[in-house]
Amino acid sequence: MPEQPGKNAIEVRGVRKVFGTGENQVAALDTVSVSIRENEFFTLLGPSGCGKTTLLRLIAGFDFPTAGEILLHGQDIAPLPPFKRPVNTVFQSYALFPHMTVAQNIGFGLEMLGKPKGETEARVAQMLKLVKMEALKARRTSQISGGQQQRVALARALAPQPKVLLLDEPLSALDYKLRKEMQIELKRLQNETGITFIFVTHDQEEALTMSDRIAVMSAGKILQVGTPRDIYDRPAERFVADFIGETNFLPGTVVSKQAGVATVKFASNATIAAGYPEGFDPTDEVTLVVRPEHADLVPDPAKGTIAGTLSNIVYFGTDTHYHVKLDGGDNFIVRHQNSRSSPVTYATGAKVGIQFEEDAARVLKD
Amino acid sequence: MTTATLSPSPLSQPPLSKAALFEAQAVKAGARRNRLLSLPALIIIGIFGVLPLIIICVYSFLVAAPYGGVQWHFSTDAYLNFLFQRDIFDDTLQFTPDFLIIYLRSFLFAVVTTIICLLLGFPTAYFMATRSPAQRNWWVLLITIPFWSNLLVRTLAIMFIIRDEGLINDALLALGVIDKPITMLYTNFAIQLGLLYAFLPFMVLPLYSSLEKLDFRLVEAAYDLYATRRQVLWRVIIPLSKPGIIAGCLLVFIPALGAYVTPLILGGGVHLMIGDLIAQQFGSGRNWPLGCAQALILMAAVLVALFFYVRNTSGKMQHG
Repeated sequence: MPEQPGKNAIEVRGVRKVFGTGENQVAALDTVSVSIRENEFFTLLGPSGCGKTTLLRLIAGFDFPTAGEILLHGQDIAPLPPFKRPVNTVFQSYALFPHMTVAQNIGFGLEMLGKPKGETEARVAQMLKLVKMEALKARRTSQISGGQQQRVALARALAPQPKVLLLDEPLSALDYKLRKEMQIELKRLQNETGITFIFVTHDQEEALTMSDRIAVMSAGKILQVGTPRDIYDRPAERFVADFIGETNFLPGTVVSKQAGVATVKFASNATIAAGYPEGFDPTDEVTLVVRPEHADLVPDPAKGTIAGTLSNIVYFGTDTHYHVKLDGGDNFIVRHQNSRSSPVTYATGAKVGIQFEEDAARVLKD
Repeated sequence: MTTATLSPSPLSQPPLSKAALFEAQAVKAGARRNRLLSLPALIIIGIFGVLPLIIICVYSFLVAAPYGGVQWHFSTDAYLNFLFQRDIFDDTLQFTPDFLIIYLRSFLFAVVTTIICLLLGFPTAYFMATRSPAQRNWWVLLITIPFWSNLLVRTLAIMFIIRDEGLINDALLALGVIDKPITMLYTNFAIQLGLLYAFLPFMVLPLYSSLEKLDFRLVEAAYDLYATRRQVLWRVIIPLSKPGIIAGCLLVFIPALGAYVTPLILGGGVHLMIGDLIAQQFGSGRNWPLGCAQALILMAAVLVALFFYVRNTSGKMQHG
């Protein structure tokens, strides 16, 4: 999809951020460019230390980029202090003001903007209703639970109607059930308010279920930007495939390629043809990635794409994992969803074939 | 909303079970042990705090002996003498505000000292609290260095700096800025300077300990919510460092009010403060009951001032 400049809420252009000086210099962000569309739920996903929080802080204005521009609706905001940016943040620690009530916390931004008292009160009431906290508006923030603090932090950041809402791992402090609840809640709030959300997380499941688009980051770089499906089904790099979901990695050598499809030869001498990402020119050593659920077991080794010996069967309730030792020596996992009538039963030690479609496999840089 | 049910209501508590009763007894035993632990402190407070106070109280209602000490006759003269003077000829009481003026001046000195210490100490403490942890320790050490030497010696040093032939005047004369020395020693200015110097660390340290605990993410949150630097200071940093401000003000105001060495040396005995006045009654004045009465009146005044101060500041904290 071509970029439409007018429709971008945030445009990050060639942003570098270096911390420290001299020999201690560390590039937290290494020339990052990304466009975030209006009304989009955009997620920055990556392991800790990948630069996702740094990028968020640059957009919020808590840090300033070493180089590059950050555009908000086409206007460069990189040199502006945080209080001059129509952008609000939900902090990982919530950072609620302990000396104020819930309602005072939510009204703080509006008050600082100099809104009339009546307008502030009306908006606070509206926000309290939106996050279902009306009953606790007079409480101190120390007198409410973690989940409730989370809601107040959201309401406080949404109250001034920012152009973009930044969320820095806001769900990481909540327990599993509450997190699931808040994921749905966040999606609802984004739909109702129509505000662009930029969400930072290291939780791939969270990213996949909530986002319109995801940027996968590692070591200060953005590796891939795409819809959850794009990222999952067509990872652009080995790191992306590895970080998101489970994947089988098969090392091999390119024997031929044409029209975006490369034929790869493996240790077992088997060959597989599979697509590769745009901009990657596969030569010599490559990795073939196949999602465990995109492959099937067949009883006849000759009928599979590749063949091996069943080494272990692990039952998970909803599905079963078959661990296969390939003839070339690599390990391969096939995930099979359990149904009422499983036609074939396998035994460990049996020779089996593994079958997958050409578009289930992908050739990536080793 | 499921989260609302997380905190149990006190009404829905089940009646005490046997285990709970046992636990309550254990808590009581623990409380007894804690009381025992406080015994040494209570003994010291009793001997060195309460007992002298009782003696002062008793002495203030006795009659002064001619060469110091007291005669065991009940009298309220000491308190009357605070505001009135008995006419030698007809025994009538005449209003003499001399002592009252010294008290009011001392209060003024103490208030000015507290305010200036707060204005100077807050930025200092903020600076210290925003350094790296390793640097902070060095700054704290620097602030506490003055405590390593005696206040009397340090006050004498100030005297050598500000007297007519002191460092400042000599330097200004040598530079040709002035042609005759500025008299600073034995003035109110000298006392004020000495008080500021003596008590500034007592303001900085509690402010620092408060600001050091401040969660600076709250400052970021306030900036994010459109607060300017000034608004962040008044709406977030100052309200959250209020415990330090209160502690610092008390630690400066109370000892400044009773300061003895500083006004004695830098005021040259001309500009008295309460501390010197009381000391005089036990020395050249030879009027112990009057000294005791003056000390008790000071204490009462401080307690009343404290009461209103704490009530006001804690009230403001409630409203954020």
